[in-house]
Amino acid sequence: MSAVINSLFYVFLFLSLYVQVFLLVTFIENRKKIVIRKGQIKLSHYPTVTVMVPCWNEEKTVARTVESLLAMNYPKDKLTLFVIDDGSTDSTWEVIQQFNKYENVRTFTKENGGKHTALNLGLKETNSEFVACLDADSFADPESLIRIMSYFEANPDVMAVSPSVIVESPQSLIQKAQKAEYDMSVYIKKMLGFLGAIHVTPGPLTVFKKKVFDDLGPYRKAHNTEDMEIAYRMQKNGYKIEQCNDAYIYTNTPKTVKKLFKQRVRWIYGFINNTIDYRRLLFKKKYGHFSFFTVPAGIVSIVSATYLFIRMINQFTVSAQSKILALQTTGIYLPESAYNFDLYFFNTGVLLFVTVILFVLLITSIIIGKWMSEDRRLSPLNILYFIVIYSVVAPFWLMKAIYNTIFAQKPSWR
Amino acid sequence: MENNKFDWRKYVLVFIITGMLFATASYLSNYFGNKKVKELRDIQNTIALDILSSETQYALLSELSCKNVNYSALSGELAELGNKLEWGEENLGQTKEVDFLRKYYALLQIKDYLLMKKITARCGEQYAFVLYFYTTAENCSECERTGLVLSKLREKYPELRVYSFDYSTELSAVEAMLRIYKIEDTKLPALVLDDEVLTGFRPFEELETKIQKSFNLETKEVVAEEDKQKAGE
Repeated sequence: MSAVINSLFYVFLFLSLYVQVFLLVTFIENRKKIVIRKGQIKLSHYPTVTVMVPCWNEEKTVARTVESLLAMNYPKDKLTLFVIDDGSTDSTWEVIQQFNKYENVRTFTKENGGKHTALNLGLKETNSEFVACLDADSFADPESLIRIMSYFEANPDVMAVSPSVIVESPQSLIQKAQKAEYDMSVYIKKMLGFLGAIHVTPGPLTVFKKKVFDDLGPYRKAHNTEDMEIAYRMQKNGYKIEQCNDAYIYTNTPKTVKKLFKQRVRWIYGFINNTIDYRRLLFKKKYGHFSFFTVPAGIVSIVSATYLFIRMINQFTVSAQSKILALQTTGIYLPESAYNFDLYFFNTGVLLFVTVILFVLLITSIIIGKWMSEDRRLSPLNILYFIVIYSVVAPFWLMKAIYNTIFAQKPSWR
Repeated sequence: MENNKFDWRKYVLVFIITGMLFATASYLSNYFGNKKVKELRDIQNTIALDILSSETQYALLSELSCKNVNYSALSGELAELGNKLEWGEENLGQTKEVDFLRKYYALLQIKDYLLMKKITARCGEQYAFVLYFYTTAENCSECERTGLVLSKLREKYPELRVYSFDYSTELSAVEAMLRIYKIEDTKLPALVLDDEVLTGFRPFEELETKIQKSFNLETKEVVAEEDKQKAGE
């Protein structure tokens, strides 16, 4: 039994390494196609776009979000803004009234029903060729929309384009750690874009052809991850999703571990359950890299992180037990050997070197992501916070999401 | 759409690259593992040389004064080698090389024990000896505790020489010792102190008292022998 568990350990290490190498090979293949534009660009044709801002109790940030959209470099007569109050209990509705003076802004209020219902209300009301959503905690760069729209102009097959999401002025350690993580996501998302295998079209300003919703139907509740479900549905129907790395959206991220934990449990829970809902998409040639790489890689990362964590806890328990035994036997005392550290006792097993390779690849991907989002400042401290905080906390939100999944399914077994 | 085309070759290529990275990792791990084994072998060779040299010296000078017997293989060195071997077994895997080194180590301990006994008896050095038998075949927390107590005792009494033997060592010399002291694998850990066999875990204080007694005993024996010699003259 222990031999099986041990070889599983190497299988997980191998698969984790495989995922990183796959992304890096994709980067090397496509590196020349990555463009980072500076300054303003022009389109030959400006289609109509509606940007929906669903908000629920976001009195503090929503005004800035809408202002960032009003300042967008895009013809005013082609851009409509829907600010949709989803039954806020604070003063969000009063705050958004100030924007009614703009011709291209419409405000809505409705009973609280969840983000997807707010978006579906907007979808019903719009006649634009393109629709987008911008979460009320995010702010768009003025050039972001036009750069995204250029992708649709370049390739008529493209059905949705998501931007680079960047952490807005990180303050706390938790936010700084997320900064490094989001930089890495820019890289991963771009690579998945090249593979045609993006699995989430995030709330911060992903632009869709309206046709997507006309063909495939409106947003669904989808375990509170409607932006993931729509991407799965698009992949199922062969609708192409691209990633525009030089369109920047700045987003507010959770300040505390507790809030981050809650957010991630929701994300991972959404991933697990959408994957279960769309399990028929797995390992089918028809669905391409989405089916063979993106979703399996997500599963591998959840399973192996959980496994490695349990293994670590187990080893820690064993060593703690022997420490306690020593304490009971000889009392508090440091053996002489504890003073002179001998390099001989430094464990140079396979795990050490694989871990080093994994970290090198991880740091490389953060650096490439920073380069793609045009942020040249290297912040090794953020990377350190990311590695330390995530390796301690992430296993817990993974396990909680798994636990919730199993627990929530219980009733249906009866 | 060109990127969207599904291509098996990429998966195979990435598999090969990942495999190569893994192979590099295991090559490096092996390389350092071998270095550690070499380090063990070097320590062992030094100790073996020391013992052999002391034996020879002892044989040469047995007729002469004890002052000339210079014994340099310290108990600490043997203990360090023991620790490293134990760690190596756990972390380097049960390679043939490590297994061989372990047997050799057991043999060196026996030789050291016999030589030290002789020197002590003849030259009046104050040493006490403990033979310690344990098992690694099963989870033996009493053995672990006994090991800890013995290390602590050895630090307190540098003249205490502890020789530890894994019950399952497949070496005729070790098997002979097991027979001599009638050590059974059901009664481990077992300690031999002045021909007395103690089984099971013994607390620090109990062993300390016995060891102190043993020091006195050795001294008395030597004194008695010297007296006899004087009487003979």
